[in-house]
Amino acid sequence: MDDQTVFKMDEPVGETRLDTAAQGLIGKPLDRFEGPLKVSGRAPYAYENLAGDPDVAFGYLVLSGTGAGTIRSVDTSAAEKAPGVLAVIHDDNGPRASADPNDQRPAAIKGEVVHFGQPICVVVAETYEQARDAARLVKVDVETKEGQYDLLANRDRAHKAQNGAMQAEVTKGDFDTAYANAEVTLDVTYTTPSQSHSAMEPHAATAKWDGDELTIFGCYQLVSTNVGQLAKTLGIPKSKVRMLNPYIGGGFGGKLGIGPESVFAAIAARQLGRPVKIALTRQQVYQATSRRSDTIQRLRLGTTRDGRITALAHDTITSNSPGDEFFEPTGISTVFLYAGENRQITHKLAELNLLLSSSMRAPGEAVGMLALENAMDEMAEKLGLDPIEFRRRNEPEVDPQDGKPFSSRSLVQCMEEGAKRFDWANRPKAPASRREGEWLIGMGMAAASRKNLLQQSSAAISLSSDGRCVVSTDMTDIGTGTYTILQQIAAEILGLPREQVIVKLGDSDLPQAPGSGGSWGANSAGSSVFVAAEGVVAKIAEKLGVKPDEVTMKDGTAIAHNKQTPLAEILKGETITVTGTFKPGRTFKDTHQASYGAHFCEVAVNAVTGETRVRRLLTVAAAGRILNEKTATSQCYGGQIFGIGSALTEELVVDTRTGLLVNHDLAEYHVPVNADVPQLEVVLLPERDRIASPLAGKGIGELAICGVGAAVTNAVYNACGVRVRDYPMTLDKILPGLPA
Amino acid sequence: MKSFAYERASDPKAAAAIASRAHARFIAGGTNLLDLMKIQVETPETLVDITRLPLKEIAEADGGLSIGALVTNSDLAADERVRRDYEVLSRALLAGASGQLRNKATTGGNFLQRTRCSYFYETNARCNKREPGSGCDAMNGFNRILAILGTSDKCIASHPSDMAVAMRALDAEVETLKSDGSTRRLTLPELYRLPGDTPERDTNLEAGELITAVRLPKPLGGTHIYRKVRDRASYAFALVSVAAVIGVENGRMETIRLAFGGIGTMPWRDARVEEALIGEAPSAALFAKAADILLTEAKGHGENDFKIPLMRRVLPAVLREATGVAA
Repeated sequence: MDDQTVFKMDEPVGETRLDTAAQGLIGKPLDRFEGPLKVSGRAPYAYENLAGDPDVAFGYLVLSGTGAGTIRSVDTSAAEKAPGVLAVIHDDNGPRASADPNDQRPAAIKGEVVHFGQPICVVVAETYEQARDAARLVKVDVETKEGQYDLLANRDRAHKAQNGAMQAEVTKGDFDTAYANAEVTLDVTYTTPSQSHSAMEPHAATAKWDGDELTIFGCYQLVSTNVGQLAKTLGIPKSKVRMLNPYIGGGFGGKLGIGPESVFAAIAARQLGRPVKIALTRQQVYQATSRRSDTIQRLRLGTTRDGRITALAHDTITSNSPGDEFFEPTGISTVFLYAGENRQITHKLAELNLLLSSSMRAPGEAVGMLALENAMDEMAEKLGLDPIEFRRRNEPEVDPQDGKPFSSRSLVQCMEEGAKRFDWANRPKAPASRREGEWLIGMGMAAASRKNLLQQSSAAISLSSDGRCVVSTDMTDIGTGTYTILQQIAAEILGLPREQVIVKLGDSDLPQAPGSGGSWGANSAGSSVFVAAEGVVAKIAEKLGVKPDEVTMKDGTAIAHNKQTPLAEILKGETITVTGTFKPGRTFKDTHQASYGAHFCEVAVNAVTGETRVRRLLTVAAAGRILNEKTATSQCYGGQIFGIGSALTEELVVDTRTGLLVNHDLAEYHVPVNADVPQLEVVLLPERDRIASPLAGKGIGELAICGVGAAVTNAVYNACGVRVRDYPMTLDKILPGLPA
Repeated sequence: MKSFAYERASDPKAAAAIASRAHARFIAGGTNLLDLMKIQVETPETLVDITRLPLKEIAEADGGLSIGALVTNSDLAADERVRRDYEVLSRALLAGASGQLRNKATTGGNFLQRTRCSYFYETNARCNKREPGSGCDAMNGFNRILAILGTSDKCIASHPSDMAVAMRALDAEVETLKSDGSTRRLTLPELYRLPGDTPERDTNLEAGELITAVRLPKPLGGTHIYRKVRDRASYAFALVSVAAVIGVENGRMETIRLAFGGIGTMPWRDARVEEALIGEAPSAALFAKAADILLTEAKGHGENDFKIPLMRRVLPAVLREATGVAA
């Protein structure tokens, strides 16, 4: 018996079983239950499937060694003769990079080279090493043409972006006039470089055909979307593709779209009649999947003398490869974060011969708020205001663009709580005024905000008579703790010890979820589990002859009318299965929903060398109900660390002569290492947003990266008095401004 | 990766003999060689595994130390005698790589690691060190970590080692065994070559010549400093570094050893700098002069221009720290 139950969020929810918490699991800082499998090597990742199967062949991608041109020929003869080589497959339909998640399929090669490092063909051999060696023998003859590799040089050729993740242009009032008339103005331009997701697990896939049915073991964040993209590329029905992604070694957006590894593995496996594995090398991940766009951001703020914003403009230019229309929604937070009657947020896109730019952790905010929150800091200084006070004076009552109420907004509380905990009042008031030996000490803060995104999602729950429960959905866990929070939600509502709840994820045969991205996973998939679990409770209530809200579920029993009945007695050997579907409804449309926070940072800048070391970093966040304090906090730690990298070290360097992404490995693409990360502190403010979801939660996965880098660089300025507007703030940029 | 023959040497002489064959390489820690083989920048036909050779001792010799070539970077950094008498070496080792790499990397191998120039590692780029005569894409490209001293118009690759910088300050010498069974000792300026017209040759070692040990002369006493400036706090190569051993007696600098990393195509040392300082009373003006002398011939190539003003600040800071004289 499989029942369907659908819940559409048209009204705010009242108190739920998560509030009464009879089982006492929700919100608790529980360990990720799959963690031991991962750290002991027992959780198979994409490439580890079919281990030891002698039938498996290995593919290795050949990438372009030029940045732009037309492929005249691909000479595979030498490679085909190399030891162990089974085939060299040059398929013009093959992808030139990963797919953008919004596209039906990855852009095809079609005889063109559009970026350096673009996949050209795949060599398949009996061993990985043979394939890799033979790949060097493939001769790709390209009629090169002049490529465009430099965003700054192409800024004037940028065009208005197509509306995508947000409207490309969001305006209100008359910015130009208001800015011209403003008592105090600031006009500053910031640049941020391309960045790479750099997840621990390189993109990998294992493909196996059984007749016309394909099984793909992958590493993707959005199962249903990715199945569709793969099927479309291969020209087969979606129903013929089974994707299995139970364990994923990090994504950060880099695995939102199907990647060249899967498409080429599937093509090769079909041609050879054998399973084929492809793992990208680290260098290939940097060159052939996707990146975060570089940005040029002009911020103009006009205020009254007492610091009320009257004019606000954020004009941005980002880049993408020819034909790829995604733009980094750089101004997404600027739309709603601060008040101001006259507003202008624009996005232009420059066509460059660089790797696909697509979503990376908090697309938009992560780089847009570097500029916005630096500009707020610069303006506060100009006005002689404390940066928190300046923000407080511009706290909007409602969404300043369209007047919608906020579903919940605790920005001011986050700033106040953070200020207290960080001893903000005792910060160095003037730049370069506090020194410890060679080190200049400074403090900075920034606001955090991340739009709350919510998607339709389904999950099935089966509860058997012995109290064992299975939660199934094609949702993914990319290392965030999805397995564990879904277990907690189901166990809380059904009144079960957590060990009795098994969670199955990442299988395209299971009910459809939106996957992991945009911080929507916990609330969307979690709400579907909530709905399904409530459906199961309703069934139990029916059997007991009571109303669902008269039942308390606890310790494998149902309590109603002062009578406690074990599940076995109620179910009598039967298994209840309910598929729950959650749909965002009117509350999502009628309110503005976002999570908020505040970051506080103390840095030391070396007065001799300009080296910056982060000493303390505090993030106070409010994102509605926290489902698991530990996994939520860990997400915030991750965001903070990302922010340190964005602020100080991370840059995917483009050789603007050729388009080569020069520093394509983890030795030279500098993510922060442990020594760069101080003791981090995260405080999660209690908040319930009953408008946002049945769980009363909002997205938190990306919140902490939003703005945090600006808190670091605002602290750098406060420490040494050098304001750098070109990210990352490496020492060579600080050095010229330091006293001799 | 190309297929290769693997041979495990039973003794150092056998190792040197096997390695004298064409396209042979010794392998010990493999922390650089294996990476290079994966991307086929190195394509040896034979790997001679020397990890079981008896070259793992640190012994006292001639008032100094004899360090076996296979002593790991971790063990060398932790050795009590090294920490006591050659602190600059211990500090330099610990400033390099990561704990995992130091556990594998050996003393001999550390000397022989290849440059970290991005274009050396990218086989689609031009690199005279990797492919003689092909050109140098680093010259006007991304050369942030590359050299400003000892360069040629063929190559500006910096030597990446921290350990070798401290070794150079300490006047270390390497002992080698050639394939014909003869041995020799080389100072570091004798071991390393400037790129000149032959950047493909990093060292003067002959085919099959095996580093068996490193000799450190008698301890110098004095204050030991290894200062490394880098883009992140760990696991990054030096932008600039200074290895210093400085002894002050009666207000005068009577011991001066200064070597430099990140700026040279080999672990750098400049006798003129030490001559300017030796026997003098420490002063800010003198320190600035020392930096000027060091950087007289320095030449930036765009992205690495900042190393010149950076070193102009770092060397005096090291001298201030060593002598206690404030600027």
